[in-house]
Amino acid sequence: MRVNIEDLAVCYGATQALSDITLTAEPGEVMAVIGPNGSGKSSLVKAIAGLVRCSGRVAFETGDGDQPRIGYMPQDISSRAALTVLEAVLLGRLGQLGLRVKPDDLAMAQTVLQELDLGGLAGRYLGELSGGQRQLVFLAQALASEPNLLLLDEPISALDIRHQLEVMLIVRQLTHQRGLTTIVILHDLNIAARFADTVAVISAGKLVCHGRPAAVIEPSMVASVFGVDAAMSAAPDGSLVVTALRPV
Amino acid sequence: MTRTLGIMTEGNDVEALYRRLAWRRQIVLLTGLAALAFSLVLDVATGPAMLPVPAVARSILGLAQDRTVDAIVWSIRLPIAFLALAVGAALGLSGGIMQTILNNPLASSYTLGVSAGAGFGAALVIVLGVAIPLPEAWAIPAMAFLFSGIACAGVYGIGSLRGSSPEMLVLGGIALLFLFQALLALLQFVASPEALQQIVFWLFGSLQKATWPKLWIISAVLAVSLPLLLLDAWRLTALKLGDERARGLGVDVARLRIRSFAIISALTGVAVAFVGTIGFVGLVAPHIARMLVGEDQRGLLPASALFGALLLSLSSIASKTLLPGAVVPIGIVTSLIGVPFFVWLVIRSRRAFW
Repeated sequence: MRVNIEDLAVCYGATQALSDITLTAEPGEVMAVIGPNGSGKSSLVKAIAGLVRCSGRVAFETGDGDQPRIGYMPQDISSRAALTVLEAVLLGRLGQLGLRVKPDDLAMAQTVLQELDLGGLAGRYLGELSGGQRQLVFLAQALASEPNLLLLDEPISALDIRHQLEVMLIVRQLTHQRGLTTIVILHDLNIAARFADTVAVISAGKLVCHGRPAAVIEPSMVASVFGVDAAMSAAPDGSLVVTALRPV
Repeated sequence: MTRTLGIMTEGNDVEALYRRLAWRRQIVLLTGLAALAFSLVLDVATGPAMLPVPAVARSILGLAQDRTVDAIVWSIRLPIAFLALAVGAALGLSGGIMQTILNNPLASSYTLGVSAGAGFGAALVIVLGVAIPLPEAWAIPAMAFLFSGIACAGVYGIGSLRGSSPEMLVLGGIALLFLFQALLALLQFVASPEALQQIVFWLFGSLQKATWPKLWIISAVLAVSLPLLLLDAWRLTALKLGDERARGLGVDVARLRIRSFAIISALTGVAVAFVGTIGFVGLVAPHIARMLVGEDQRGLLPASALFGALLLSLSSIASKTLLPGAVVPIGIVTSLIGVPFFVWLVIRSRRAFW
């Protein structure tokens, strides 16, 4: 599903969170959104998900009469609800769920739980999980809806490095294989450089640049947007490695 | 999906787990129903003249051999015992929805001013004789019902001034609780001694004026409310994950809250109108239900109603046995026996649900 964003602006009262955002995310593409804290990244994702009032235009182009199905994972993963992991993941299919849960819904829940290595936790309550485990559960919830647009707001912020890699591998693989469109907010420039097909940089509510990781993530951008001197090198697999040296 | 990070063992089979969760809910509900049936028979058997439990059970099942027992059971005690069940179920259910839509463990019709509003409406009729073209026996419930609706609308109105967040709605409810309590105190201040006594007794809560028509009305409201709520069960469950996540899952949170408030208003209004203000049941029954069946609202809502009914039925028995020769007002008993029971439950619970 193609996502076309034109002149998008978001205001919270008198505060302008985003303005003049024009972007396109293509099917089969992982778009990483990076930027400093408070730059408007979450507002962008919420505006695309239809969760905040915005002006401008957000259009979804689906093929073959397909309907937009958005899997949204918010940044806040706190929850003490007395719900099991399985019940939380089933909620991802809210639109289809009846009083009796159908075998299809259970099968999809099983698939995503398996994919994210959560099978052993399916019967545990959310309040009993660590922050990282909860993050995986809410990612599973977003995937359970069989989305054609995946919107992830910092999905790996609470994960250890192994799970960070594994989750990003799954997200990239699903996106490429199923032709999903994935827009993911990330703080780690190395992860963005390694797993994203394109990177959009947001600063002070404006789109600074958008393009291939190697073209976007370069020392002058890191210095001007993040206020950090950084050195660029190549990892053994050829991906970009960003080393933060000192605040500017 | 081709990449698989983990291997599911047999014990992780989702379908089997789902069946286990559903089975546990059914066991809890069936056990609760059995306890409710036992409590109902015991409630009917208890009174100034103690009746043998088997005779009561036979009478309820239409197999009575003693016409005197039959007359006492059907004319006097059964309406009271059934009213305890119906009012308890209504209060438990309304408390359960309130705690869910406000995501707050302290929410109930009693703590957020809805019952206080109903009490003020009743006191208006008693003190000022507000002109309603109904006999007083029906004018008081009618005004209590009306003001319960006004209080619910007030909670929602105040809460929606700043985005209808759960926190604002709770603050709106607390504000209305104090407002209606102050207005009620003002009415009591200007009331004649007779009216004052009537208000105080009304506020204590009593099942003694039970009649079959009142019972049918409460039962009808319950019979409509529970299926309507169950239609929203998954959406209400999603709300337990927070407003933003629920919206992200496609829930129209504002409309769901308005629908739920309308049902809370009807349930509380009809319960308080006929028996007075009864605290504690609406607060505690959902907690007991949550500990036993979790927060999937398909189980939580019926269980809240069930445990509300059970609590009030047990309180009804206690109200007739605490003081020999007297019936202690039910509103006092619910807290007296309920608070220690609830504290014991919370202490022995292994999990924290809030």
